[in-house]
Amino acid sequence: MIFYALLTFMVVSALALLWLRNLFAVVMLSGSFSLNAAVLYVVMDAVDVAFTEAAVGAGIATVLMLGTLALTTSHEKADPGVSWPHLAVVVVVGAALIYGTLDMPRYGDPMAPIHQHVAPEYIERGPKQTGMPNVVTSILASYRGYDTLGEVTVVFTAAAGVLALIGRRRKKKNGVIKRTRSGERP
Amino acid sequence: MKSLRVMSKRRRREMQHKEVLRVCSKLLIPLIMLFALYVQFHGDFGPGGGFQAGVIFASAFILYALIFGVDVGMKVLSPGARRFFLAAGLLLYAGVGIVGMLLGGRYLNYSVLLQDPIAGQHLGILLIELGVGVTVAAAMITIFYVFANQDDSE
Repeated sequence: MIFYALLTFMVVSALALLWLRNLFAVVMLSGSFSLNAAVLYVVMDAVDVAFTEAAVGAGIATVLMLGTLALTTSHEKADPGVSWPHLAVVVVVGAALIYGTLDMPRYGDPMAPIHQHVAPEYIERGPKQTGMPNVVTSILASYRGYDTLGEVTVVFTAAAGVLALIGRRRKKKNGVIKRTRSGERP
Repeated sequence: MKSLRVMSKRRRREMQHKEVLRVCSKLLIPLIMLFALYVQFHGDFGPGGGFQAGVIFASAFILYALIFGVDVGMKVLSPGARRFFLAAGLLLYAGVGIVGMLLGGRYLNYSVLLQDPIAGQHLGILLIELGVGVTVAAAMITIFYVFANQDDSE
């Protein structure tokens, strides 16, 4: 029941996000959308994912978006109107994706392929081989250590990219390395 | 274009009067950091881990900068320190893998780090989670400061 209430609320938020023109409201609403998603993950017993979603999606992403608004503008330009070919493409792709989910096993189905050999093996081996009570940590940090290393590299690259693109500030106040707003050396 | 710096200057004057915000955030910031450390080192036993801990730790810095002004917040961690931590976490992670290789295991196999394979796994996971946390926290703080300070003209 709460499951459907949350999903309904998320759909309503998504539609409102489409219609709103005030970007400040959009940022706030997308934060609440993320918080809803986090609650949904808790309902689905995925606490680790919920934790990340609440911290990143509802917390940091909102702050960064607000920072972006302060840099740019907080009001979207006028609605260019509906483009029917684009709408048709979106509807067809969306329908195909929904059609694709019909083949997936039901949520929590014990006969789902993932519960046949992968999950039981990690649950069986994880605590024995790593001594970690939290199977998620044992998978993320040990069995899938390469993936996590890749993720951290992505985070590092993102920060390095932001620094390279817009992070260089004028070092001297009075002119030696003055930079224009676009970040180019004049 | 409005600048966050200009806003924060004006905001800072307003903030002089916002006692409640300042007092509450002063109370909360140490607790947020403590919670981040708990999430960091308790990730083996409960939900959480380096990624979440890093984000929570960074949020303490961001809260400080939002309440007391970005330029005051930037003094807490110098740009050099931010870049150092950004790279140090990733290098710690990759370094644990290389140490494992030098000790005769495969890359990122922690069992060879200590005599007892389970203790080795514990140590390895603790270290790489620490690396994840340090890099993620530094990345979030860096991105926030870059965004907030971008319009720092004249």
